[in-house]
Formats: sequence, structure tokens, C-alpha cells
Amino acid sequence: MQTLRLTAEEEGVLGGQDGDGVALAMRVIVSLARIEGAPRLVEITSAHVDSCLYHGQVSLDFAHRLVDLGAKVRVPTTLNVGSMDLIHPELVRDRDLAASGRELMSAYVALGCTPTFTCAPYQLPNRPGLGEHVAWAESNAIVFANSVLGARTDRYGDFLDICAAITGRAPYSGLQTTEARRGTVTFDCRPLGDRFLLSELAYPLLGHHVGSMVGGEIPVLVGIPASAGEDELKAFGAAAASAGGVALFHAVGVTPEAPTLAEAMELPVREVELDTMRETRRALSTFASGELDAVSVGTPHASYAECARLAELLTDGPPLKIPFYLSTGRATRALAEESGVLRTLEAAGVTVVVDTCTYVTAILSPEWKNVMTNSGKWAHYAPGNINVSAVLGSLEECVASARTGRVILEDA
Amino acid sequence: MITGRTLNPGTASGEVVRLTAPLSFWGGTDENGRIIDAHHPQCGVVLAGRVLVMESGRGSSSASSVLAEQIRAHNAPAAIILARPDTIIALGALIAHELYDLTTPVVVVDKPPYDALPTNGLLQVDADPTQARISWSTVTR
Repeated sequence: MQTLRLTAEEEGVLGGQDGDGVALAMRVIVSLARIEGAPRLVEITSAHVDSCLYHGQVSLDFAHRLVDLGAKVRVPTTLNVGSMDLIHPELVRDRDLAASGRELMSAYVALGCTPTFTCAPYQLPNRPGLGEHVAWAESNAIVFANSVLGARTDRYGDFLDICAAITGRAPYSGLQTTEARRGTVTFDCRPLGDRFLLSELAYPLLGHHVGSMVGGEIPVLVGIPASAGEDELKAFGAAAASAGGVALFHAVGVTPEAPTLAEAMELPVREVELDTMRETRRALSTFASGELDAVSVGTPHASYAECARLAELLTDGPPLKIPFYLSTGRATRALAEESGVLRTLEAAGVTVVVDTCTYVTAILSPEWKNVMTNSGKWAHYAPGNINVSAVLGSLEECVASARTGRVILEDA
Repeated sequence: MITGRTLNPGTASGEVVRLTAPLSFWGGTDENGRIIDAHHPQCGVVLAGRVLVMESGRGSSSASSVLAEQIRAHNAPAAIILARPDTIIALGALIAHELYDLTTPVVVVDKPPYDALPTNGLLQVDADPTQARISWSTVTR
């Protein structure tokens, strides 16, 4: 185990030269660096903070302590979803949760964080680039930053994320280091064929499958079409992170740190077959047919392109028979408002949720039991979090099902 | 007596509760410190006030908040002994110490000494920043 060495500047901060707030944050960073055996700290260029989601009195006490001690973030810091939709407050049914959620979100803004309130900060301008050290929390944001942007973040979470933002430092350990970022196991997706790999559902299904198989390993995907875009990679990463804790993946020919095909095939190789994808789809759905109470899409938050695609699907055709929710970031909502996409969505009866997500707070009616989603992550967490049964479908299947009030799957 | 590495300092004693599978505090325990994860072999067991022995934690980083909240409400384990370092658990204890001045020692004991820890009776944990000592007198129940 290496001994942690701090710079004179870091020692000074720890000793209180810049105030008690940043000293507290530095104590937390240094304690964690010691536990992880880091040789030093690393300067970060940005942070994404998840601590603004309410988990009890301790969430508020910690944020208020930092505010009272005069702490401020030292690097540009975005905020993850909170427990409250601040633009549509009437959507959150639980008044106590709404009040505490709002108070916590305000405290993080008081610390100097930007009120982005999105789990998809990579959809915002000024995102980090290849090789940049950052401190991001929220599993889907972590895996996207590492894999798609090539920025470097370890798995940070509650308390640590804001302490990194306040000190501008993170332990130099885990995925901050070059050695820890190499792929360790290859998933050969070529047997799935282009017809499947060009479909929307390929990505949440592959993500869930790969995440369930790898544990803490770093998967390398072979056969992903070069046309796979950020929305597909987002869906893959989110499902892989929720099913198995994946914080970094590589896709040959697609992501910036991926090995060559020859290098990938030298690792242990697992082939992915269509049968496995069908089984994964069954495993991710806790019901498969019959009446539907609601549809929820946009987990992680829908990109502008996804909002526009939903609007296009809803432009002609029969009206929606059941409640339809779309979660997105407030910045994306503003773009959709400007372009008219928001008007189309709302006219069709879609409830647009911002700043939070339908599976982390009290938005859906407790009487609804059967909900359809196009998200592998939502299907994984919602049954436990909000006590619903989930069925996975493509965006088109979600729209078709919402128009009839029953589950409609194209090739079930 | 065996020695270990301190992740969070403190002194505590209590009846030992040894888990046979990793546990996530988030989604795995309720606000009274009871295991509610239906898939956990020891579902229903209460951890509050006891010395928790388990190889490692599991899952979401929100577990830091859940543990800190249990410490605040005096429903957390009195001490936690692990076989592998777990930053999520250590962080929960560290934050509760900073905020409430409540100390919950978190200690790592390498294997094989970890396997020698008793499965019942009282355990005493004395964890200072440089070293942790765990002692017990075997009591038959």
C-alpha cells in the first residue's frame, strides 16, 4: 500500500487556510484516498453531483453544514436529478418529500452548482473531453463520461461528489489511472446481425446482458455499427451500469479508447446470440401482455433528438388512451419549447417531467400497476422503487400501446 | 484478539451478527436497521446496535446516505467489520462522524483472521487511526 502524498497547497487547505468548509471537504477526499491506497490526489476540471437527491435528514444536514461553513465549488459543477420537478411542482404527490427535495436542491445551488438537474449532463455544452480528469456521480453519467467521451472518472457517489467539486480534487485511483482502463473481456456481437444491431432495443438489451455477465470487469464490444449514436450508447451504458456496476466499456471502431479488433479478440471472448437477447427481454419485463396503466420514457433523460422523434410519432394517428410520461432535462425542454416539439408533445397528452425522474420520486399514481418503458434502467429499478410491473418496448411500441391501452409488441 | 485496518475510527462493543452474503444498505435495510432485502439469506435480522461482520457491501453509492442516516437515528450497527475495504460504507460512517460526532468504527480484517471471528457472543472493537483491535470472550448462548 502506497502512502498518500499531498501537495503544499492541499496540506494548506486541509489545515484550514481557505476556510472550514473546504477543509471539511478535503478531509473527506483525503480519507477516501487513504482507504483506496491512492498515491496522490488529481486535479479535476468538472464535477457532476448526485447528492442533491433526498435520502433523509442526513442529506440536508450535510448540504447545510457545507453552506454554513462557507464552502463553494471550485470547478464547473452540474447537478443530477433531485426529488422534485421545480418547473411542474404539482407533479410530485408527496408534500413532505417535495418540500425536503426542494430545500436540498436549493442548498446545492447555494454551494455554486449549476441547476441543471439532469442525469444526462453529457447532453449539455462544455462537456469534458478525452483524457480529462473529472469527478462525476450517477452510474449512467459515469459510464458515458468514461466510455463515450474518454474523460476519466471513478465511481463517485453521495457526499464524495460535492467534496471533489469543492476541493477540485479526487483520489488518483481506480479509473483515473491509465492502467485500470483497459478492456478485460470481449463480447462479440457480430452473430446478432445488423438488422438487430440497428434496432433501438438492441442497446438496453445488450447493456443489461453485458452488465449481468461482467461484474467489475471492463467489457469490449465487437460488431457495434459505426452509426451507433450517443442515444444508443447512453441506453447501453445505463442498462449495463444498473445491471452490473459497469463504469467503463469500449466499442471497437466506435468509442475513443477502444482497442483494435485484433487486440479485442485476444481477450477472453463471449459470443452474443439472438436467443440470449430474447431471454434478456423476457427477464427485464415483469409482465408481457394485457392492460397497461401508463407509459414512461426518458430514462436516462431524453435527448432533444429523442423528444423530436416522439413528437414525430405522435403527430398523426389516434389519441393516447393512457398517461404517457417523458422525463428530460430542463435545458432540453427549453430547446423543445423553442422549436415547437414541446407543443406537439403536450398537445398529444404527454406529461413532460424535468429535474427528476418518474422512478425516483412520487409521480406515478400508486394505483397503477402495469407500466411500459423503453429503458432497461427503468425496467430494472422501477419494480423495487415504486412497486410497479414493467414491460420493455421500443419507443414505437410504447406509442402504439399507449394508443390502445394494451401492450402491443411487434415481434413478441 | 486480532488486529485489522481502520477505515473509520471509534470504539464500540455489541453482540455479533455475521452475514453470509454481502448487503446493500440502500434497498437492503429499513430505517430501523432491519434487513429487508427479500433475496438476502438473513432477511429480517436486525443490525441496530450489533457488531456487523460481513465480507463486503454491495451496490449503489446511495448506501452511504442510508448508513449515515441510520447512525444519526441511532439505528445503525455499533461497528462494522469487513474482509475487503468498502469506500461506500466507510464514507457513510465518516460523514456521520463529521456531522453528528457519532463514531461507528469500520474495520477491515484480512483473511484468514476474518474467518476466525466468532459468530455469536460479544465483540469489542477499538479502532484508532493506525490500527484496529478486535477482542471477544466466547459466550455460549
